[in-house]
Amino acid sequence: MNELREEDARLWSLIVSPTIWLVHFLATYITYALTCRSADASLDGARWAVAAYTAVALIVIAVLARRAYRRHRYKGATGTHDFDTHEDRHRFLGFATLLLSVLSGVAVVYDAVPGLFFGSCR
Amino acid sequence: MSSNDAPHEDPEPLAEAPPEHVQRAQVERLLKAWETPKGWRYWSAVNNSEVGLWYTATAFVFFLFGGALALLMRVQLAFPENDFLSAELYNQIFTVHGSVMMFLFAVPIFEAFSIMVLPEMMGARDLPFPRLSAYGFWCFLIGGVFVCGSLFFGIAPEGGWFMYPPLTTEYQPGPGADIWLLGLSFIEIASIAAAVELIVGVLKVRPPGMRINMIPLYAWYILVVGVMILFAFPPLIAGDILLELERTLDWPFFDVSRGGDPLLWQHLFWIFGHPEVYIVFLPSIALVAMMVPTFAKTPIVGYSWIVLAAVGTGFLSFALWVHHMFTTGLPGISLALFSAASEAVAIPTGVQIFCFIATLLVGKLTIRVPIMFIIGGFSTFVMGGLTGVMVALVPFDLQAHDTYFVVGHLHSVLIGGTIFPIVGAFYYFFPLVGGKHLSEKLGRIAFWLMFVGFNITFVPMHITGLLGMPRRVYTYPAGLGFDSLNLASSIGAFILAAGILVFLWDVVRPKKHQPLAERNPWNAGTLEWLAEMPDKPWGVRSIPEIDSRYPLWDQPNFVRDVDEGRFYLPDAKELARETLITTSVDAKPIQCLRVPGPTFLTLYAAILTGGFFIFGTFHLWWLATLSGVAGLGVIIVWIWTGTAVIPEKPEKDVGLGLTLPLYASGPSSVGWWAMFITMLGDITAFVALVFGHFFYWTTHAEFPPASQPTVAPLWGVAALILLTGSWLLTIAARALNKRPKAGAFYGASAAAVLLALAGCAALLAGPWLAELDPTTNVYPAIIWVLVLWTAAHVLVGVLMQVYSVARRVAGRMTFEHDIDIVNTTLFWHFVFLTAAVTIAVVVGFPLVA
Repeated sequence: MNELREEDARLWSLIVSPTIWLVHFLATYITYALTCRSADASLDGARWAVAAYTAVALIVIAVLARRAYRRHRYKGATGTHDFDTHEDRHRFLGFATLLLSVLSGVAVVYDAVPGLFFGSCR
Repeated sequence: MSSNDAPHEDPEPLAEAPPEHVQRAQVERLLKAWETPKGWRYWSAVNNSEVGLWYTATAFVFFLFGGALALLMRVQLAFPENDFLSAELYNQIFTVHGSVMMFLFAVPIFEAFSIMVLPEMMGARDLPFPRLSAYGFWCFLIGGVFVCGSLFFGIAPEGGWFMYPPLTTEYQPGPGADIWLLGLSFIEIASIAAAVELIVGVLKVRPPGMRINMIPLYAWYILVVGVMILFAFPPLIAGDILLELERTLDWPFFDVSRGGDPLLWQHLFWIFGHPEVYIVFLPSIALVAMMVPTFAKTPIVGYSWIVLAAVGTGFLSFALWVHHMFTTGLPGISLALFSAASEAVAIPTGVQIFCFIATLLVGKLTIRVPIMFIIGGFSTFVMGGLTGVMVALVPFDLQAHDTYFVVGHLHSVLIGGTIFPIVGAFYYFFPLVGGKHLSEKLGRIAFWLMFVGFNITFVPMHITGLLGMPRRVYTYPAGLGFDSLNLASSIGAFILAAGILVFLWDVVRPKKHQPLAERNPWNAGTLEWLAEMPDKPWGVRSIPEIDSRYPLWDQPNFVRDVDEGRFYLPDAKELARETLITTSVDAKPIQCLRVPGPTFLTLYAAILTGGFFIFGTFHLWWLATLSGVAGLGVIIVWIWTGTAVIPEKPEKDVGLGLTLPLYASGPSSVGWWAMFITMLGDITAFVALVFGHFFYWTTHAEFPPASQPTVAPLWGVAALILLTGSWLLTIAARALNKRPKAGAFYGASAAAVLLALAGCAALLAGPWLAELDPTTNVYPAIIWVLVLWTAAHVLVGVLMQVYSVARRVAGRMTFEHDIDIVNTTLFWHFVFLTAAVTIAVVVGFPLVA
């Protein structure tokens, strides 16, 4: 098993969940902006679209978080991963990814909330 | 537990120190290689310790200048209907105050400081591109003096630090706005250069063993902030280009009567401006993250959580920009979205503060001056953060917008979150620079004056704002309830200034008779404290193998082993400046990098590029062009003589039984990374221009307007085919260069150049032959901007293709040493992407719409 190899430990895996949040945010913003080009437009379609984006984003983030959690718990570890080993580097990246996924998930929910309350563009 | 893992296989330092005469000879050679130039040649230094020091000192002088301007404003506002300053001068002063503090102090001081200490924190001899740092510094100095100096001629910018059109297009015909746009664009380019340097530094010049879970938190923050600069500054540069084109050539990007929209500027400015707040704040928090463990005498609590906070804040800060635009009439649902995102950013911001508090609680805290500034900063910052949560709420913001409440809020955040930690860091890190401590006594006086002065100044402003006093007014009538509050603010400002003067005196007072600080005077655990007092120019005597986040605390005999040269690169046999390049995750050493030494070329290049911007400001086109071309020439000489140098041997023994290559190209080399990162910033500016196009589409019922011609598809298709051909031939040339015989490489390169030039001509012919007039309407204007942006990139690409051929002809590039063509190809990937998107927008979009 090569999961500890540096070549497989991609630093950018850290930012996948935040990137999903960013895409979700921009998609939400653009959807509202385009819908509201005319101020009297109905928001219903946009709100359903945002609900769909939110569901997709949360599912993907949850999957990433679960995978990150497994890396964090690699070989049953619970510690703070501060040793200079391949294993702890692997766990650290897992734990940091997990934390960022949770934050991204929360931020996605925050961004979806206005859609629950706003019936129109105004 | 983690500790049950198999022991790591890192090499140990030499069991025995080299004999003393060997050590002495090594030291001599290292000193020779890293010698600081003497006399007037001192100014040709490029080493991080010199450039970092100049940079820090200059940023600090700008800070004092900005502070003096603030005092002038407070004198004017101390009493109602005061006439100490005229309205016009007041406008210039608040504009320059804000611009100086943001562009000439807050961002540069972090870059300056990082250039100085980041290599030390990572046990490196220097950052990978010392000349780039020096060039950035000189650009910063020239641009800064230019912008500040304009105030003394009464022509300074007066449109506020965010330069909103139409105020700055239709109502301010003087050169002020141009000085702001061109002078600061020049500095923004320097900032991006420093960001590239720092990102590559964190990723590639760490000491062996400093895996990604071991790096100092400072480096994490700098990595995040560097990336943020890369994505935040380019939209502003794009905006600057549009605004300057409107001012100079009357292209109507923000003129409503010709289809433009001033809101586009606000979007571009704040897409920069909000991340900017965190670009300023995170590095200061990074300083805190280095100081807190030292004074608590314990490792940081929640390392991973702080990484979360740094990365998370970096991301979330890009989704807040519209909270500066709540009163512009955007749809309510959009405002609510940005309000929600603004609340979310409080989560990671809070997490790091709690980690620091936890560390202080867990450890045994000693109260010294730096920690006083940290705790004072925390309390102030938290107050600013909470009022920030208030103004992030749309209904509250509608009341508080553009009042002194916002002034109080932003200064709490910036002074508490940034200035206090920076002053604390001056006290903490000062021995690294001069080998001597600042005064504990003066430090305490400075702290209390600053802390008390700050609160007397800015707490009343919240109330003044809630009572309704607007920002940016040069005076106010008596009897509205503002009088005593303003007087209090003015008195507080002078107390704050007195504190800063005490601090300034402490820094500049003669310290001749003061004894040197002991080594590692605070008993810190991180690598920068390996420095001797006073420090040697080599950065570190030998580059250590790291097994801990706090090697000075945890690794036995660590300082001795470093000092006796028992680790890597204890020598400079060839008298070259060398440092180690390591992999970005596990910090495995992969290359011994030679970095260039002193030169005046960077200074000349900065003067000449500065000339381009400064002459341009005053519409002296010929001088500007001349200066720009000469600057380009100097830069080419610099790159030709100083980069991608072929070493005299392929490999070198770096000690501890390790032999590393001296030359590397492609993704394992620092140059490739620098090109890649620079181009990410470049493509971001381009995306901002494309965003402009689509923004106009959302604000127009019909876009492109039926009255405007569009580009004939034929020209777009022709340009796309030709440029794709040039791109593919460049890729082919990279492969063909690997042949010992250069003929095929020359052939492919020549063809690539011809196709690129033809493609460029076809690209320009489209809008030219369709007679798109950029002054008539925003549509032709934005099309011309996209086309010219792309054409300029193609021409730079051609220059690089020609350069690669010349290098091969001159024998500076060979079939084995191919940095130039590899980086040229990387550049061309981005040129192709830019061209494809431009053509899709220019030709494809009208067909679809």
